Amino acid sequence: MTTVDSNTTAPEPVVDPNAVSVTINGKVVAARKGEMIIAAADRTDDFIPRFCYHPRMEPVGMCRQCLVEVVGPRGPMMVVSCMTPVAEGQVVNTETEGVKKAQEGVLELLLANHPLDCPVCDKGGECPLQDQAFSHGPGESRFVEEKRHYEKPIAISDNVYLDRERCILCDRCTRFADEVAGDALISFTSRGNNTQVMTFPDEPFSSYFSGNTVQICPVGALTAKPYRFKARPWDIEHVESTCTTCSVGCRTVVQSSRDELVRYQGVDSQPVNWGWLCDKGRFNFESINSKDRLLTPLIKDASGNLSATSWSVAIDSAARMLRTALTVSPQSVAIIGGARGTNEDAFAWAQLANALGVDSRDSQLADGLPPQVFSLPQATIADIDTAKTIILLAPDLKEELPVLYLRVRHAAEKRTGRVVEVSPRATGLAGKAWKKVHVEPGKTAAALRALATDAAFMAQVASGSVVVIVGRMNLAESEESVVHALAEVLHLAPQATVLPVLRRGNVRGSITAGLTPRNGGKSTAEILEAASAGKIECLVLLGADPLSDVPDADLARRGLSGARNIIAIDTFITQSSATADIVLPAAAYGEKEGTTTNLEGRISNVAQSITPVGTSRPDWMIAVELGTATLHELGFTSYGEVHAAMISRVSEFAPAADTHAVEHDGVIIAHPSPITLTRADGASNERNSYDYRAVVSRKLYDKAIGTAKSPSLVSLAPSAAVIVNPLDVPRIGAQVGESVRVTSQRATLVLSLQESVDVLRGTAWLPINLGGSDVRELLDVSKDVIDLKIEKMS
Amino acid sequence: MSRLNEANIKTALEIIARYPRPKSALIPLLHLAQEQNGYVTNEAMVHLGELVGVTSAEVYGTATFYEMFRFEPVGKYLVNICGTMSCALMGAGDLMHHAEQKLGVKAGGTTADGMFTLAHAECQAACTEAPTLQVNYRFRYKVTNGDFDTLIDDLKNGKLADEIPAHGVVARIRQRIPADRGVGAVAPELVTENPAWMDGKAAL
Repeated sequence: MTTVDSNTTAPEPVVDPNAVSVTINGKVVAARKGEMIIAAADRTDDFIPRFCYHPRMEPVGMCRQCLVEVVGPRGPMMVVSCMTPVAEGQVVNTETEGVKKAQEGVLELLLANHPLDCPVCDKGGECPLQDQAFSHGPGESRFVEEKRHYEKPIAISDNVYLDRERCILCDRCTRFADEVAGDALISFTSRGNNTQVMTFPDEPFSSYFSGNTVQICPVGALTAKPYRFKARPWDIEHVESTCTTCSVGCRTVVQSSRDELVRYQGVDSQPVNWGWLCDKGRFNFESINSKDRLLTPLIKDASGNLSATSWSVAIDSAARMLRTALTVSPQSVAIIGGARGTNEDAFAWAQLANALGVDSRDSQLADGLPPQVFSLPQATIADIDTAKTIILLAPDLKEELPVLYLRVRHAAEKRTGRVVEVSPRATGLAGKAWKKVHVEPGKTAAALRALATDAAFMAQVASGSVVVIVGRMNLAESEESVVHALAEVLHLAPQATVLPVLRRGNVRGSITAGLTPRNGGKSTAEILEAASAGKIECLVLLGADPLSDVPDADLARRGLSGARNIIAIDTFITQSSATADIVLPAAAYGEKEGTTTNLEGRISNVAQSITPVGTSRPDWMIAVELGTATLHELGFTSYGEVHAAMISRVSEFAPAADTHAVEHDGVIIAHPSPITLTRADGASNERNSYDYRAVVSRKLYDKAIGTAKSPSLVSLAPSAAVIVNPLDVPRIGAQVGESVRVTSQRATLVLSLQESVDVLRGTAWLPINLGGSDVRELLDVSKDVIDLKIEKMS
Repeated sequence: MSRLNEANIKTALEIIARYPRPKSALIPLLHLAQEQNGYVTNEAMVHLGELVGVTSAEVYGTATFYEMFRFEPVGKYLVNICGTMSCALMGAGDLMHHAEQKLGVKAGGTTADGMFTLAHAECQAACTEAPTLQVNYRFRYKVTNGDFDTLIDDLKNGKLADEIPAHGVVARIRQRIPADRGVGAVAPELVTENPAWMDGKAAL
């Protein structure tokens, strides 16, 4: 007799080896192996009090506030929940009498030396210590003795003040400085009752990330100068927004009080910034409150001076200028800029340009990358966390895109990926790099080609995913050289994805919206060249300042003086807008709503927090008005209409229809189908008879308007210098600190001589846009590389 | 210039080579710096940070945890008189008073010639020998006022130079461990095998 084979058991359920189930206050919580109890408990409604625990840093068990009971074979046992990992079947109680007594005891001890000066403390009202003293404290203290006294507060850097009396020694700031920022410039000193957070004598906490310590301080011990005594938490209005200082696009909360910006705080966005901000992005709200902001339109009067006028006169005159120029030819009109505004601003201007037939528009100021880079397979910021290899073909991320630097540093620190640094000088990440390819400008592609024979390197890139972070590592080198180098990298690692790093806030959004040359239109360098030849009748500067920003001072000067008419839309009178015939005041960050696109193509919202200053208006509104005045209705008249039109007409922006996502972590733009780069044989680029090859890059703090108009940041900008390798100093014959003559084929400048081992021999590093001599005078954007002569002054 | 001198840089590099991670050498290096200058100077701390690859603030944080590291100049001889219970009962208060008279400085002060720093100390773990004092951490037991005067005079006259070196010198004989006699310590993250004593047993 045959029987049907009944051996058809259900398939084995897939068991996740890392899944752990724990019971917290009677509720079953799914957790991950290695996770701490406090992290698992945070997914329930039960709050465990804490001061030192921070989900983005390693736990230390410093404050002991998070004591809970874990039921063991010998009964309940008190453990610190931030240091105790979950275990299968673990039973945790966080609200028993025993826990309550223990937590109250810890709080009483933490408050023993705490001054209770809440009424005059900036943290009062948003203070974890204050809040948890009420929710988890004993209510009364038995400590009647004299409290510890220190001088208060002391400045530990230009912008951060430390009040040691309020400090509860939670180790958050010191851990952040060491673990996250890599600037361990503060540390616990002394011990016992004398323990305090302190810098080395006379060596301030001059970290680009110092403001984060103020944000994560759970008491009022660390305060930031720009916010001290400016507002009280209950008077503040909060809106969630995106920082547009650089193109990382950190999520922030913009806080205002009495219609004035008072503070930015980082928001923990998993795909972007993990809650961190750089100090420049955090403190440059001061520039928006600046007294120097443009309040009314300005028009050049008969004597050639800019004087205030009304919007109707200004728009009429600007429209007349545009119409006159268009009668000559649409090629004689050009638009430079757009990267400082929102996507909607750029879209409205691109639509106006389309209507007028203007093809010469560029939101990059001859310091960017060709838009074709965006058509390569794209990486996101979060891909850095999982990449096996991160190839930096980029400027110094610490100086230009600080929060992206933190992400790459984290990957190297946690050994999730290896960093390969390809650069003309050692950057802030050099210490974390697995391999450094430091190569003289002009020879990058060749050096990368030679890597094909490096077995260790080839094995590394073949071992898994590769992210290439690509940008302009040297402004004295052409953008083609970057593309050539990128082509070589993609040849060595064909699976690599590309993260283009252009620095200006919304450069990617404005290019996507259409502010990029089309139909054979001119790029910024070409526009300025044409203008200097008298071929530009009307030049529109959309928040752009070529005289300060184009890395070729001579070209910018010739271009702006050669343009017949200039219309500037700006928030300040800058070097360039001062030369305009009409200046229209633009609403700034925080004064208008919109969306922005970060370097990975993530669209997120920019919120309005305060009323635009004076009569200033958003850029898109100015485009609409100019459209009407030139008889080209753009078809939208409100922000909602511009936004809707943008989403429907620009296919890349279609994902932005998900309003909820845009107002939180953002959405990635729709990418066109990817292209491939062809490799090219670069010129040999041998150095000429001049001695030093120029490496020009930006520092975080420079003369850019956001820094220059922020009183707390302006003094942080260093002054211009020429920096060479210490071994090259004797060759020059001058002492370090002495002034030397630096000559290129363009000009001769006098600069202070400095030395650094980060600079390659035979090269000279010149940080751009700093006080003192203008390094851009030496540069020529039409050249592949710039060679310099450095001489001792006679 | 109170960074490490040439000879001490060589010693420092030798000490650093004993450890799997350079920064583990920080405490012996701080002793070296204190031996060179009698106290730990700021410049020396900056120098040590450079040598072991940590920031000056981290060196400072580590150094200030330990009370035997001094950050202000101290006399050639640091005299610590114990003032804890047993010594206090056996007349340490009078001894301190006498010492202040003899040296002409208050407790905590340094004599004008830079020879002596007088300081209070907590229990020195020799209660049966009270009252006790230490000169540069070398003991003297059951000290009478007369003993103290003799001690100071001997130190001044150099009679004790063999026994008690200047402040900062931990030991007169420096331990020398050539690289080939070192244990070859390996950084913990590079250890792949269980230690020999586990003898193949699974990790606990």
